[in-house]
Amino acid sequence: MPAAHPPDIASTAPALAVEDLARAFGHVHALRGVSFALGQGDVLAVFGPNGAGKTTLLKILAGLLRPDRGTVRVFGRPLVRGDATQRRRLGLISHASLCYDGLTAAENLEFYARLYALADPRGTARTALAGVGLDTRADTLTWTMSRGMLQRLAIARALLHDPEIVLLDEPFTGLDQRAAAALRDQLVRLRTERRTVVLVTHNLDEGLELATHVAIQVGGRFVALGPREGGAAEYRERYAAATAGAA
Amino acid sequence: MTTVESARAAVRTSRLLLGVALLLVAALYVRALAFTPVEAMQGPAQKIFYVHVPSAWTAFVAFVVVGACSVLYLVMRDIRLDRLAAASAEVGTVFTTGVLLSGPMWGKPIWGTWWTWDARLTSTLFLWFIFFGYLVLRGAVREPGQRARFSAVLGILGALLVPFIHMSVKLFRTLHPQPVVMNPDGPTLPGSMLATLLFGVFAFTIFYAGLVWQRYAQLTLEDAHAAAAAESER
Amino acid sequence: MLRQAWIIAAKDLRLEFRSRTAFLSSLVFTALVLAIFNFARDPTVLSGTDLAPGILWITFSFAGLLGLNRAFALERENRTLDGLLLAPVDRTALYLGKALANLVFVGTVEAVALPLFALFFNVPLLPVLAPLLAVVALATVGFVAIGTLLSAIAVNTRFAELMLPVLMLPFLVPPITGAVQLTARVFSGRPFAELSAWLKLLVGYDIVVVLAAFLVFEYTLDE
Repeated sequence: MPAAHPPDIASTAPALAVEDLARAFGHVHALRGVSFALGQGDVLAVFGPNGAGKTTLLKILAGLLRPDRGTVRVFGRPLVRGDATQRRRLGLISHASLCYDGLTAAENLEFYARLYALADPRGTARTALAGVGLDTRADTLTWTMSRGMLQRLAIARALLHDPEIVLLDEPFTGLDQRAAAALRDQLVRLRTERRTVVLVTHNLDEGLELATHVAIQVGGRFVALGPREGGAAEYRERYAAATAGAA
Repeated sequence: MTTVESARAAVRTSRLLLGVALLLVAALYVRALAFTPVEAMQGPAQKIFYVHVPSAWTAFVAFVVVGACSVLYLVMRDIRLDRLAAASAEVGTVFTTGVLLSGPMWGKPIWGTWWTWDARLTSTLFLWFIFFGYLVLRGAVREPGQRARFSAVLGILGALLVPFIHMSVKLFRTLHPQPVVMNPDGPTLPGSMLATLLFGVFAFTIFYAGLVWQRYAQLTLEDAHAAAAAESER
Repeated sequence: MLRQAWIIAAKDLRLEFRSRTAFLSSLVFTALVLAIFNFARDPTVLSGTDLAPGILWITFSFAGLLGLNRAFALERENRTLDGLLLAPVDRTALYLGKALANLVFVGTVEAVALPLFALFFNVPLLPVLAPLLAVVALATVGFVAIGTLLSAIAVNTRFAELMLPVLMLPFLVPPITGAVQLTARVFSGRPFAELSAWLKLLVGYDIVVVLAAFLVFEYTLDE
């Protein structure tokens, strides 16, 4: 039986609060101190060039990596890498599908449903597949699926356990127009469902219009962070300025 | 974090200890060859004993250090422990090689064969393989944090393995001369030979310490260079 | 935790059963090794039963080594390991699941290899089947336990296929030595008293290795 969500420490606690996160790999300082707080339903888009430490940030938020310094709080409770209960509230959509090539779409989702101890794994899997329009492909082996279909499967997998916080790592990578549009629809749905979203990408055109907050990450730090104001053009300027300075 | 200058200074200081150690080893040679009686049954070849046993001793010490540092690293996550383990493993491999070379050199004139699968030598052979695996693993992992973690795991597993290797090998017959020093009835070595042996153990321990310190200092220097390079790239 | 381990093991076995490549390769390899051993000895000088235990266990070791990396190597594709680590899965359950899958894999190869071995070397297995299977089971548990743990490390290195044997072979000395000695004594029908020392070694090794694996496995995962 899935555990009930642990009680929040304060009803006004932010959905996701990050304080002074830092992480180095040997002498490479991928993250040099990042802080932000998001309320429920906020969508934070983090833009940054390659090597800015965006994936490292996301991995720490997902609980896959341990920070050298700083804390992550999910609804007020600190995220401890070894603690399994918090993991139910987080979902990760990466550019890797996190699915097994040798299994069918349905089998992949059933596997994860069982791992998350969800009631009725088979039914939950089928519903999830229907939700992303893959119910006709339930018995297709994953390795035969196109990139767009795989991305939809990855989304279904990530949302299977109904996480309140969804993390996206460069999700538009390798998607054609149609698949990108489908992904954008999914992201809109995340917003309507009032999930808290952190989207990380190097492409300004992806996700800017969905964001409620925008950050620019360069060299392991946020050089800009705030609610989204203005349109793509202004952010493009600021982004260019920020990345030029770092070169 | 150490600066490049202080790391260089450490390397220089460690050379002093190494110098002292080498003098001690030279003194050991002199004493063993000129001032210690020749053993009646085995003849002059027995004198390898004064190198063989201390080498085995230091190999053992090196191994224990690797094991201890491995456990401590996983608990304390201090990268210096990983450096010490690496240094000790490298030096330990050298001394283990020494045991494996001096053993047959002693064995050939005494027993007539270069290699016998007797308990002690076989255990040492597998100790060598464990050390070697440790060094190969370190060479194959680039990221320092991952390398330290993997090495620590292997170090702990290796330390747990050694008693089982001893047991496995002992359940086979052994040709090795019975322990002459660690004998419950008292050492059966005559006084001056025992003194030479103990001096040998002392000299080799200092030798081990000097080598490990120098290697450790070198690794610290490498690390300081890497840190400086990463800083300047910012 | 056992439940999660079983879910993971079942998934691994389903994947393996579907593709069958690793399994079939191991089987064919086993048959090849056994056949080559037949030519690697002089049948007029040595009787089959002298060498048999050694041949059997070397064959098992090589075939087993081939299959062990499979468990963690398959999780590198599409970063499924991240998927497992994201889920509320106990790290030890992950190890246990992988070890169980490996156990089934190696066990199945052994189940096919044993009759083949009896056939090629004319060794009567049926009279000693029960004790023989017990010895095989004990040694295989130790072999798989340490092999699964080491492969978790090895798959992260560039030459994983070479790294695993280099790391693992020293760890095989106690269980393989014990297994060969016990197998030899079982074949020649020695009384139990002669077996007890080696049995204690084998059982002790299995316990220590499994406990150690439970303790250190999580450190083989990225953090």
